[in-house]
Amino acid sequence: MLRQATSIVMLGLWAGAAQAAIEVPVTWLRQEVAHPPVLSNLDEIPQDEGRAGAELGRDDNATTGRFLGHDYALETVSVPEGGDLEAAARAALARGGLLILDAPEDAVLAVADMAEAQGALLFNAAAPGARLRGADCRANLMHTIPSTAMRTDALAQFLVQRRWDDLALIAGQRPEDIDYAEALRGSLAKFGLQLRAERDWLDDADIRRNAGQEVPVFTQALPDHDVLLVADEAGDFARYIAYNAWTPRPLAGSEGLQAVAWAPVVEAWGAAQLQSRFEELAGRTMRPRDYAAWAAMRAIGEAVTRTGSVDPEVLRDFLLGPDFELGGFLGSPLSFRSWDGQMRQPIPLVTERAVVATAPLEGFLHPVSEMDTLGTDAPESLCAAFEEKS
Amino acid sequence: MRYAAILALLATPAFAQGQGEIWVTNEKDDTLSVIDVATLEVVRTIPTGERPRGLTFSHDFSRLYICASDSDAVQVMDPETGEILHDLPSGEDPEQFVLHPDDRRLYIANEDDAITTVVDTETRSVIAQIDVGIEPEGMAVSPDGRIAITTSETTNMAHWIDTETEALFANTLVDARPRHAEFVKDGTELWVSAEIGGTISVFDVASQGEIAKIGFEIAGIHPDRIQPVGFELTADESIAFVALGPSNHVAVVNAETYRVEDYILVGRRVWHMAFNADRSLLFTTNGVSGDVTVIDVAKREALKTIKVGRFPWGAAFRPAQGDPA
Repeated sequence: MLRQATSIVMLGLWAGAAQAAIEVPVTWLRQEVAHPPVLSNLDEIPQDEGRAGAELGRDDNATTGRFLGHDYALETVSVPEGGDLEAAARAALARGGLLILDAPEDAVLAVADMAEAQGALLFNAAAPGARLRGADCRANLMHTIPSTAMRTDALAQFLVQRRWDDLALIAGQRPEDIDYAEALRGSLAKFGLQLRAERDWLDDADIRRNAGQEVPVFTQALPDHDVLLVADEAGDFARYIAYNAWTPRPLAGSEGLQAVAWAPVVEAWGAAQLQSRFEELAGRTMRPRDYAAWAAMRAIGEAVTRTGSVDPEVLRDFLLGPDFELGGFLGSPLSFRSWDGQMRQPIPLVTERAVVATAPLEGFLHPVSEMDTLGTDAPESLCAAFEEKS
Repeated sequence: MRYAAILALLATPAFAQGQGEIWVTNEKDDTLSVIDVATLEVVRTIPTGERPRGLTFSHDFSRLYICASDSDAVQVMDPETGEILHDLPSGEDPEQFVLHPDDRRLYIANEDDAITTVVDTETRSVIAQIDVGIEPEGMAVSPDGRIAITTSETTNMAHWIDTETEALFANTLVDARPRHAEFVKDGTELWVSAEIGGTISVFDVASQGEIAKIGFEIAGIHPDRIQPVGFELTADESIAFVALGPSNHVAVVNAETYRVEDYILVGRRVWHMAFNADRSLLFTTNGVSGDVTVIDVAKREALKTIKVGRFPWGAAFRPAQGDPA
């Protein structure tokens, strides 16, 4: 008893202002999915994608926590393909009400709708679809991965700024390509750009060997365009379009100039430090899902630090309120939209070697936050589960 | 006696010509630019180690200490010759530091390592390494030398170090991404700027309690772009000048009321600053535009822009030769 009392006194001294010791259990929960085969063997999806970001966020939080007596414990659970995600979620929710999900849209929704998840706080760190932020939004579900529309809006702003407004699109036929192309069409319409022509990519040949013959012919029929857009979210065919198209135009979309949540080329705004911390931890570069999981973990950490609470309701109120600001190494503080729980974030437009620009671009104005020019803004939101507080 | 000596020097024509120099580190050029205060021109460019950021002179100005971040060293330069005399063991990735009033101990923020390193500049040895928050950056030491401060950018804290024991005795939360700290008003107040939070927190040093928070607002500029970094106070400590990063402005703050009185347009992404000898001129480093803005302190307006190297970061004043400063 005496020993315990002493340690509490010590902790008080250590923290400067005496604060109660609290435990913050968080679970990073993944539903594994099959990755469809792609033509090239160059890309490997790391086993710890997303998880390594959550681990770095935990480490970052723990450093602050050490000075305040806040103990962050991260459990990481990966459910095999076809495994029982809900059972894993149930076990995680029994440990604590804070979950970071790396799972497809339907699985995320299923977990958010579980009886045990009511009153919990879930972070979607992987599913980019509009539905989760719109008609099927859930009050207990926040999103740290940007929506596809935020990424395509970022690209559209860039095209407007450069006045590259005549566009052509080659779209793959996988579900994620179809979603991406749809978001892209929406963004082009939103920003007044012209989609002159669109062609579906039919993957019935090994164009690694004969891209030089096939691609010029395939693209020959496209009308004049400033930029050739490609929807190929799995990285299957678009890399072979570059330099093989009939007309010499830059590529953008899923290849060439890409709008992404995060990339290894992001280095301004102190990002170099985050990149090097991540590389030291994971032995590889940081990917968008890693960043989303890191941001979710850091958002939890910041909310716990500022409120001194681990109650999901208290944390949710703080995260959606005006006092929450998270340094995300993208030049503007990150926060959450009060109408759908989406994290506001700048979107870098990158090539393999450099950041070309960071959206929102100058001149795209908004009465509240220029970051809200990216993705679904309050007036057009279909989400009814969130209280409008803007 | 010392006063008389200064007066005597002021009377000599040799000194009248020399108004001293502003030394600026160029982070992406691995050089220093030396600006002559009299002519407001770059008179020397001196190579350094990799990615020079923080810089400070020894009390007699015979030595310049430079954080060469990517060389993982604090370099010691003879400012007369520009020659690197030796490196100090600094820990990895030193970003900023502060020289203790004893003119001997350097307190160094090791940005990548979440450590503050204390180095004895005479024996060239590490006295202590202190675990602090993630990305330590801002460094300050109280005028009486008893307290050193490290701010950590990701942990969002000011860490209070007892310089007798070289151990932390308090940790106080500040707003997001604290960048710079200074003791002001004879060490009774500690000011900490928060880049993402967009504020300066003012602490009472005796109690480590927050007593004020300074906010900024510039018409036509989004609050997210108003990011306070470096700041300096006038000689009488009545006015503070605060660099506001990508808003491209320097704020003029009344240090008594904590109210902002004015904003001065400078170059792009303004980081840090240094005064000349009588604090009539202020030199700001503008990272993105690669230049230094000279501000007339009395008139509160920009006088001139001086092109320096790529990504100018820190600035320090060096008096003219023979001036005891």
